[in-house]
Amino acid sequence: MGSISKQIKEASWQSNPIAYQVLGICSALAVTVDIKNALIMSGAVLVVLSGSNMTISLLRNLIPHRIRIIVQLAIVSTLVILVDQILSAFMYQQAKGLSVFIGLIITNCIILGRAEAFAMANGPLASLWDAIGNALGYGWVLVVIGFVRELFGSGTVFGFTVIPEFAYRAGYVNNGLMVLAPAAFIILGLIIWVSKELGGASGE
Amino acid sequence: MDVLNELLGLATTSIFIENILLASFLGMCSFLAVSKRVDTAMGLGIAVIFVLVITGPANWIVNQFLLEPGALAWVSPELASVDLSFLRFICFIATIAAMVQFVEMALEKFSPALYTALGIFLPLIAVNCAILGVSLFMVEREYNFTETVVYSASSGVGWWLAIIAMAAIREKLTYSDMPKGLEGLGITMITTGLMAMGFMCFAGINLKKEKAPERQEQVVLEQVGETEKINLHARVVGGEK
Repeated sequence: MGSISKQIKEASWQSNPIAYQVLGICSALAVTVDIKNALIMSGAVLVVLSGSNMTISLLRNLIPHRIRIIVQLAIVSTLVILVDQILSAFMYQQAKGLSVFIGLIITNCIILGRAEAFAMANGPLASLWDAIGNALGYGWVLVVIGFVRELFGSGTVFGFTVIPEFAYRAGYVNNGLMVLAPAAFIILGLIIWVSKELGGASGE
Repeated sequence: MDVLNELLGLATTSIFIENILLASFLGMCSFLAVSKRVDTAMGLGIAVIFVLVITGPANWIVNQFLLEPGALAWVSPELASVDLSFLRFICFIATIAAMVQFVEMALEKFSPALYTALGIFLPLIAVNCAILGVSLFMVEREYNFTETVVYSASSGVGWWLAIIAMAAIREKLTYSDMPKGLEGLGITMITTGLMAMGFMCFAGINLKKEKAPERQEQVVLEQVGETEKINLHARVVGGEK
């Protein structure tokens, strides 16, 4: 048990996929206008990543080396199709809001990066823990960005208004820049800075 | 004339205003990995344009004649009720991977010089989200064939422009003095944010007649059709677009 929690902690903090391995940035920025989207996206990535890491790890001795990328892509896209179908069946509005970004999990570098770097060389269980750790590392960054952007951009958290009415009357305005693209880049830059200073993701 | 104007509008929109990298965040991974030097950035940028121009229309054809609901009607009338759109992701990614492989082989045979210049970047491109993203956006926005060609090409150009600019900035950044934790990725993200902010200013050159970019639903840049003059008075729209 100790080694598992250590592995998860290492994957989600010291070698955080976003801050340290520079993987999966695209979706991290696009879906973080509010926390809800960020959570759904993290959930989708968690499912796909655990599924693909385990499957690829089980098949690792059968996959011919030369065509491994296309085999991995086929496995990942099958899982993404499943997630996409489930989301559009049960959470149609949210799936619509995430637009193409569910589909883009296929080319999310975290998935292929972990498959290539970890699942191809390790057993299925270890790969599952690695997947969970990485997905959690991805998830917390997404939720933090989503929190900041939603709070300052629309004055809400999880869709509930938290900035009190009198603040608006006193002249407080929502920061419109927060819901636009540039703010996402800048917040992520600051998160990376802070987590490096705290001794999380270290080095280039 | 009208069509041409519309296509020109689409091109400027996708190069500048809704830049695929700075507004839709696609292709970030390779953008961050390869933007350290201008010449490699140039190579990757051109390779991306090249592959996009091929895969965008190819995927449009695949979507139109295989995947759309009722698209198989040309095979036999009985298949008109078949809807294969759930296979979209896997078909698109397979097309992209196959096309990249094909382009690689064709280049190796017919233009070895270009092959050595682009060679190392081509395999990287198959998993670049900008490529798949363009194909998915094209489906979502229901572009026709010409629009798809223009959209793919100008998205590629937009990406190329962004990565070249970033590489040039990063070459200069090497010599600047900054907090240890901010070095590398941190400052790159912040610079990209500032660049995205700069690109937002291009919103004024919107030539498209139809609806303004999605995010700015309340403000519509209205264009006067006949005089081709852009009326920059922002207008709050009640219910209609």
